[in-house]
Amino acid sequence: MLYDAGKILAGLAIFLVLVTAPIWWNVATGADAQAPELVMPQDQGGCVLPSGEMRASHMELLNDWRDLVVRDGDRIMITWDGREKRRSLTASCLGCHSDREKFCDRCHDYVGVTPYCWDCHITPIGGAS
Amino acid sequence: MSIDRRFFFKLAGLTALAAEVPGAGATPENSGKKGAGEAPKTTRWGIAIDLPLCHEHPDCRVCMEACNKGHNVPSIPDSRHEVKWIWKEKFSHAFPGQTGRYLSSELAEKPVMMLCNHCDAPACVGVCPTQATWKREDGVVMMDWHRCIGCRYCIAACPYGSRSFNWVDPRGYLKEQNADFPTRSTGVVEKCNLCEERLAENKPPLCVETCPYGAIHYGDLSKPDSPLRKLLDERFAIRRKPGLGTEPQVYYLV
Amino acid sequence: MLEKALSNNRRYWSWVAVLVMIIGVGAFFYLRQLQVGLGITGMSRDVSWGFYIAQFTFLVGVAASAVMVVLPYYLHDVKVFGKLTILGELLAIASVTMCLLFVVADLGQPQRMLNMIFHPSPKSILFWDMVVLNGYLVINALLSWAAIRAERRGETPPSWVRPVVYLSILWAVSIHTVTAFIYSGLAARPFWMTAVLAPRFLASAFAAGPALLILICLILRRVSRFDAGDEALSKVSIIVTYAMGINVFFILMELFTVFYSNIPEHMEHFKYLFVGLEGHHRLVPWMWVSVVLAVLALFLLVNPKTRCNHRTLTVACLAVFFSIWIDKGLGMVVAGFVPNPMGEITEYWPTLPEMMISLGIYGIGALIVTVLYRIALSVRGELGA
Repeated sequence: MLYDAGKILAGLAIFLVLVTAPIWWNVATGADAQAPELVMPQDQGGCVLPSGEMRASHMELLNDWRDLVVRDGDRIMITWDGREKRRSLTASCLGCHSDREKFCDRCHDYVGVTPYCWDCHITPIGGAS
Repeated sequence: MSIDRRFFFKLAGLTALAAEVPGAGATPENSGKKGAGEAPKTTRWGIAIDLPLCHEHPDCRVCMEACNKGHNVPSIPDSRHEVKWIWKEKFSHAFPGQTGRYLSSELAEKPVMMLCNHCDAPACVGVCPTQATWKREDGVVMMDWHRCIGCRYCIAACPYGSRSFNWVDPRGYLKEQNADFPTRSTGVVEKCNLCEERLAENKPPLCVETCPYGAIHYGDLSKPDSPLRKLLDERFAIRRKPGLGTEPQVYYLV
Repeated sequence: MLEKALSNNRRYWSWVAVLVMIIGVGAFFYLRQLQVGLGITGMSRDVSWGFYIAQFTFLVGVAASAVMVVLPYYLHDVKVFGKLTILGELLAIASVTMCLLFVVADLGQPQRMLNMIFHPSPKSILFWDMVVLNGYLVINALLSWAAIRAERRGETPPSWVRPVVYLSILWAVSIHTVTAFIYSGLAARPFWMTAVLAPRFLASAFAAGPALLILICLILRRVSRFDAGDEALSKVSIIVTYAMGINVFFILMELFTVFYSNIPEHMEHFKYLFVGLEGHHRLVPWMWVSVVLAVLALFLLVNPKTRCNHRTLTVACLAVFFSIWIDKGLGMVVAGFVPNPMGEITEYWPTLPEMMISLGIYGIGALIVTVLYRIALSVRGELGA
């Protein structure tokens, strides 16, 4: 037995509409959900992991790197295809992906995340902002 | 993946070291991870500052400027919010209790270079509630600016005033940014890292390298025949607040 | 049970509205602090802890003081405290909550505070303080919930309550001891590095907390039908008297050791507090107010006539509370940093944003007390006009 069943159900309905509002908004305005266009580096010999893995879990990889470098002083890694690379966001990652705005930021903006890497790590000259 | 991968890398490194399999991750750079140098495991870094030599050049600021530039240390005009890695302090402040009515008042006013003492028993390390600061095997007292929550317990615990807090965003107070080293964010504690990033490449700390008069020495305290140890054998040296049991490893030659 | 908090009463709701406004102002300034950083406070490189940590320390004492009514009731069968235990426990809940909020307000990177759990560091006293404070919160929430529920059903409290009460008594002592250890274990700060700090903290807590409880009971007498009873109030006031006496005694012990031993680094902090140092004396008037209030309080409390008269007792309790608040919530933390380990002096005074954030947290505490007391009293049918 539910007291005030009418009010509760009406309240739930309003809640559901509000929560899903962005979806209806996009449907109504015909907004297109297009993946951002990323500028990939040319002739750099590939990333430290296959790109699928990088896309899915680069944040964990960077978390590991930061612990290995800062806490264990372990600075060199071997890529999946056997090359040696420095574990460094600014030297290695941005060394190839030289335009942060057209790679990191575009995708992060699209998915609506603001990683705090850039609060401290400086984008080398050549990269945006 | 995070734990597994890290564990895997560590395991791979360990097995490679044990079996001495060439090319299996134990590259020369990689084995340098223990802090660089010939015998990484027993290295104990230390600093000695030649006070009389330093005092010959009272207006010199070369080491401070090199350090600030190399580590993106901001210059904040409001002294309450200052960030300091290596700085000058009057002798009477650096060594309170070592001045007196009939001792040279000239000496009391002379500047002393101050920096983190990289103590053997650092008070800051024990109090940290997140292990954001710790002592490495090679003696460097490190900070992890990703992990620091900004509680400032370490500042209360340090008897040398070596730690600074970022009360405001430091980026607004940098004349130029060195992209090879990060800045810090608002709300974390920082201090001298003994140029750990340079030690890893077998380079001396910036203050040591840039001092135009060779007044700052660094070296391996664990080797009795190292130049630093010989220097300490030959000359009389003092340390700041030795009675507190922190075992500071910055020596002042007098 | 919680619906009791929502019943109709104009005076109650306007009080709640005032508190919510105060909390709102505090929240506004806290958002600014999050944006700008702790630079908007009066803290500095030299005085790196200030008003927040001092309030935290003071309120740990208020929280621990619940034990002063719980212990006599459960261990010595002082029946007149039966009505007071729940008030003490609920006050402890509000105080511990404020403590935790003050610590969070003081963090430079509050969004990372769970690092304390992800990377537990048993060598850090702050780690243990987190453990005991949260534990104390849970214990008191559990005990007061059980008490109110039993009262509502007209039953005797369940049998598990008694062992948990014994635990809470030990736990109350632990929270203030551990909080004192944060300070008294630091070789760098001679002002705090004294073995009498933890006992002093406990004595001042057992004076200030019960004094606040007396004041609350006298207010409740006016705004509700709840009456703690004269006998209970007189017994609590005796506790306040002894605790305040012991507190002052400990401070005098401190002064003897520091000044007879004549070690400059130990004396300078006390000089800064009571006479000023090298022309810096911002806290001096405050400390003397604290001294005068302490003397006045002891005078009124020791004399049975003024102790039993509720009007003079009110004055005495206010004097105890504010004397200790100045000592612990202002002087104790700041003086540890002045002068700094190099003998240099940077003075500290809280800024407006800092005070507003603190006021907001006190507002949250007052709101918790208001709501919880209303629930407890309405269950008892002692709400009244």
